[in-house]
Amino acid sequence: MTTTAEPSTSIIGEPVKRVEDASLITGAATYLDDLKLPGMTHVAILRSPYAHARIKSIDTTKAEAAPGVVGVYTGKDFEDLPALPCAWQAGGVENLVNTPRVLEIDRVTFTGAGVAAVVAESKYAAEDALELIEVDYEPLDVIVDVEDAVADDAIQLHENAPGNIVMDWSCGDAEATDKALAEAEVVVKERLVNQRLIPNPMEARGAAATYKPATGEYTVWMTSQDPHIMRLLMTAFVFGIPETKMRCIALHVGGGFGTKIFLYHEYVLMAALAKKVGRPVKWMETRRENYAATTHGRDHVAYLEVGARRDGTITALKAKTLANLGGVLSTIAPGIPTTLYGRMLSGAYRFPNIYCQVLGVYTNTGMVDAYRGAGRPEATYVVERAVDLVARELDLDPVEVRRKNFIPPDAFPYDPVGILRGLKYDTGDYEKPLDRALEIVDYEGFRREQEEARKAGRYRGIGFSTYVEICGAAPSAWIGTVGEGWGAAMWESAMIRVHLTGKVAVTIGTQPQGQGHATTVSQIVASELGIPIEDVSVEIGDTLNTPFGYGTYASRSAAVGAVAVYNSLQKIKAKARRLAAHMLEADVDDIVFEGGKAFVKGAPDNAKTIQEIAGAAALGYDLPEGEEPFLDDTTYYDPPDCTFPFGTHIAVVEIDSETGEVKLERYIAVDDVGKVINPMIVDGQIQGGIAQGVAQALWEYGAYDESGQLVSASMMDYTVPKAEFYPSFELDRTETPTDVNPLGVKGVGETGTIASTAAVVNAVMDALAPLGIRHLDMPLTPERVWRAMREAKNGGGEA
Amino acid sequence: MHVAITVNGALREADVEPRTLLVDFIRDQVGLTGTKIACDTSHCGACTVHLEDKAVKSCTVLAVQADGATVTTIEGLAQNGELHAVQEAFREKHGLQCGFCTPGMIMASVDLLAATPQPTDAEIRHALEGNLCRCTGYENIVLAVKEAAGVSQ
Repeated sequence: MTTTAEPSTSIIGEPVKRVEDASLITGAATYLDDLKLPGMTHVAILRSPYAHARIKSIDTTKAEAAPGVVGVYTGKDFEDLPALPCAWQAGGVENLVNTPRVLEIDRVTFTGAGVAAVVAESKYAAEDALELIEVDYEPLDVIVDVEDAVADDAIQLHENAPGNIVMDWSCGDAEATDKALAEAEVVVKERLVNQRLIPNPMEARGAAATYKPATGEYTVWMTSQDPHIMRLLMTAFVFGIPETKMRCIALHVGGGFGTKIFLYHEYVLMAALAKKVGRPVKWMETRRENYAATTHGRDHVAYLEVGARRDGTITALKAKTLANLGGVLSTIAPGIPTTLYGRMLSGAYRFPNIYCQVLGVYTNTGMVDAYRGAGRPEATYVVERAVDLVARELDLDPVEVRRKNFIPPDAFPYDPVGILRGLKYDTGDYEKPLDRALEIVDYEGFRREQEEARKAGRYRGIGFSTYVEICGAAPSAWIGTVGEGWGAAMWESAMIRVHLTGKVAVTIGTQPQGQGHATTVSQIVASELGIPIEDVSVEIGDTLNTPFGYGTYASRSAAVGAVAVYNSLQKIKAKARRLAAHMLEADVDDIVFEGGKAFVKGAPDNAKTIQEIAGAAALGYDLPEGEEPFLDDTTYYDPPDCTFPFGTHIAVVEIDSETGEVKLERYIAVDDVGKVINPMIVDGQIQGGIAQGVAQALWEYGAYDESGQLVSASMMDYTVPKAEFYPSFELDRTETPTDVNPLGVKGVGETGTIASTAAVVNAVMDALAPLGIRHLDMPLTPERVWRAMREAKNGGGEA
Repeated sequence: MHVAITVNGALREADVEPRTLLVDFIRDQVGLTGTKIACDTSHCGACTVHLEDKAVKSCTVLAVQADGATVTTIEGLAQNGELHAVQEAFREKHGLQCGFCTPGMIMASVDLLAATPQPTDAEIRHALEGNLCRCTGYENIVLAVKEAAGVSQ
C-alpha cells in the first residue's frame, strides 16, 4: 500500500500566508471593472443635483443623437418594475417604507438619486452624453438635519410617513428605567452625535449584465458581499422571475465594509438595460457617484441618560436615538439602528435597567445603512461614553468604574435584562484583556507622566473602550421569533467535493471582500482531512454553482460560514471511515481517521490515505452496501446562538494646545475573538478596523449643507486617512473560546471599528479634563478642539 | 492621435483621443487591468505605474504625454517568473486584504525603495501619502516595505 499523505499537522491557529495573494500582487485578479464582454456597451447615470425636487420633464433627444450613444433611458422606461425591496425592517413595529426606483420618475429626495441612463459604445461617450440630457426640476423645500426633520413644523418628505418617521422602535423596560433614573444618586445626561461617515471601499461599485432572449436568462455581475441575496431580491421582488432565470456573480471585490450588501437601483438597471439594449452593459461607479449614491454609515443623535450610585455602580441607561436613514431606505437600513444597536446597549456591563427608543428618520440626504460594525459602533460609543461620563461626574477612575460594572465570568451565559430578546452573551472574561492592556500601556506610569505633563501645561490623555459586540447573524431560534433580519433563518452553507485524486473543492455561501476566506477555509479543510493546503481550492461568488448562502457581513463568515465547512468535513470523514472499514475489512467502529489516514485503532501502519479512499469512492466499483460514490457533501449550519467577542482598547493622545490637533501617540488593542484560525489574518482585520474607528473619532465626516448638497463629496473634501496619520498599533489577545460552535470562533471583522472610536474620544476628553471640557462631538478636528479649548480658557470651563 | 508607448517591454501603438488618460490607455487599449482606477481626483494612487522608472499616477497623465516613453505596470514587475521583492514582501507580511490598492501601493513602494533603500517607518508612511488603503490600517504595508528593504540589502 502507499502512504503518501503527510503526517497529521493541524494548521488551525497558524499564520498561513494567503492563498488569495498570488493574483492580487501581480495584477491578475479580475474585479468588476476589469470585466470585458463581447459587444459590451457602457452605461453612465445622470444623478439629481437637487436634494429634493419634482421631476417635471426629461428631454433626451440631444443625448440620443450624440456620437456613440446606443440609447438613453429614464424612469418611465422602467415603470413596470417596482421600487426596490426593503428587506430587513425593524421588528415588531410598522415600517413606513420608501425605497429607490430603477430610475426615479416623479421626484428625487437626495442629491445623487438616479434619473436617467445613457448606454454608449465607450465610457467617454456615455459620460459626454449625460451633459446633453435636459431635466426640468421644480426644487422643493429641503430637510437635512435629523432633529429638524422630527420637529413639529417640519415639511413632510413622504406622504406615508407622518413626521418623517420611518419607524418608532424600542427595547427594554421604559418604566423601570425611568424609576431607576429617578432614584439614582447621580444622573448624567448628554447629547451624543454619531456623525455620518462615507465608507469608501477602494473599489467603488459597479455592475454588468447580459440577457439571453432565447431562454430568458439574465447574468448579472456585481460588486457584492452577498450575490445569493441579490439574486433572491431581484428575482422575487423586482423582476418576478424564477431564480433559475438569473445568475449573479461577484468577482474579486475591492472592499465593501457593508456598502456592498445592498440591492442598489443600478444593479437592477443593468439587468433591465441588458434586455432592452440587447447587448451586454456595464456601469462602473465613479468616486463622486460613490460619495453621493452609495450608502453612508452611522448618523445618529442619541440623548443619553445614565443613573449611578456614588460608588460608580450604574443602575440605569436610557438612550433615545434619532437615526437618520436618508431620503429613501436602503435594503436593510431599519435593521441597523434597532437589532444591532438598541439590543447591544448593555455593553460589557451588568446594567440592571436599560431602555432604548429609536426613531428612524427621513431627511434629504443619501441613504444610510450598514457600515463596518453597523449599529455596534454606535452602541459601543454610547455605552463607553456613558461609563466615562459617570466616572468623570463622580471623580472616579474610569478603569475602576468599568471593573465595578463588568459582567463577571461566572454570569455567562448572560442575558442583558431581556433586551436581546432571549439571546445570551455566550462566554466572556472581561477583566483579562483589560488587565493585559493596562500592563502593556503601563497605566500607573502613564497617570504619573500625565500629572507631570499637566503641570507643564501639556494635554495628554488616556481613553478606554472595554467593548463587547455581537457576531454570527443569525440563529433561526432568535431571528425568527424577534421578527428581525432577512425574515428567514440565516444559516450558512458549504458544499465540498472530494475529487478522484483527493484534491478538494469547497464552495461557500459567504462572499469575501478582502478577508481571506479562501485561506481560512483551506486551513480548516487541510487540517481536518490531513491534506496539503495546496490541494484545496475554494470557490466563491457565483450563484450558478454555489449553494445558497447569506453572504458576508456582521462578522458571520467564521462564526457561521466556517462552521458549515467544519461540519461538512465531519460528515466526509465519517464516510471516509465507512469506506476505509470496507477496504480494510474491519468494523467501522474500530476505524480512526487521523492525519489524512484511516486505520484500525492501534494499527496505523496498515492505513488507507484520504487520497486512496477518495479514489475508491470516485471509481465506485467496490463500495459498501448502500453507499453512493464520492465523498462529497453539502451542509447547512444554523447556529444555536450568536457569539460575543470582547476586549479592551486603549488610546493615548496628546493635544497640541496651540492648534488643537490630536496626536494619537499609542494605540493598544487586546481582543478576545474566541479561537483564532489564522492570527495573521485576524490581526489584519483588527488593524484595519482600528484605522476606520479612529478615523471616525478624529477626521471623517460626511457633511451636507443646508440645501442638501454633499459638501464632503470626494476624496478632496472627505478625509480618507493616510499612513502618516497612525502610529503602529500594539496588539495582543486573550482567547476565550465560544461554546456556541465546535470551532470555538467568535468573529473579528468589525471588532476594531466597534471598539476604537470610543477609546479615542475618551482619551481626548481625558486630556481636556483640566479645562473642564466634558464632551465634544466627533470628529475631533483641530478646529473643533481648538475652539473648545479657547472657550474653556476664556472662562467657560470649571478648571 | 497616434501614440507609441513601451509597456512592460513591448511597444504598444494606438490611435487615441487627445483626452485619453494613460490609465485608460493601459487598461482599455493595452488590456492590462492590474492598474486600478479608484478616485477621479488623483488622491488614492491605485493607478500608480512607473513612467520612465518614476512612479506616477496614471490617471493624471495623458496617454499622449507618455508617447515614446517607457511604462512599467504591476504586470511587468516580476522578472522571468520571479516576483519582485516588494511583491513577495506584501504577501509575506499580509500587506494587502482586498487587493484593490495593492498594485499602486506596490509600484509606489518600489519607487520609494529606489530613492530610499533603507527607510524608517516614518519615511515609509510619509512617502506613501499618495496611496490610500482602506483595509489594512497601513500597519502591514509599512512592515512589507521594511521587509523588502531588508531583502534588497
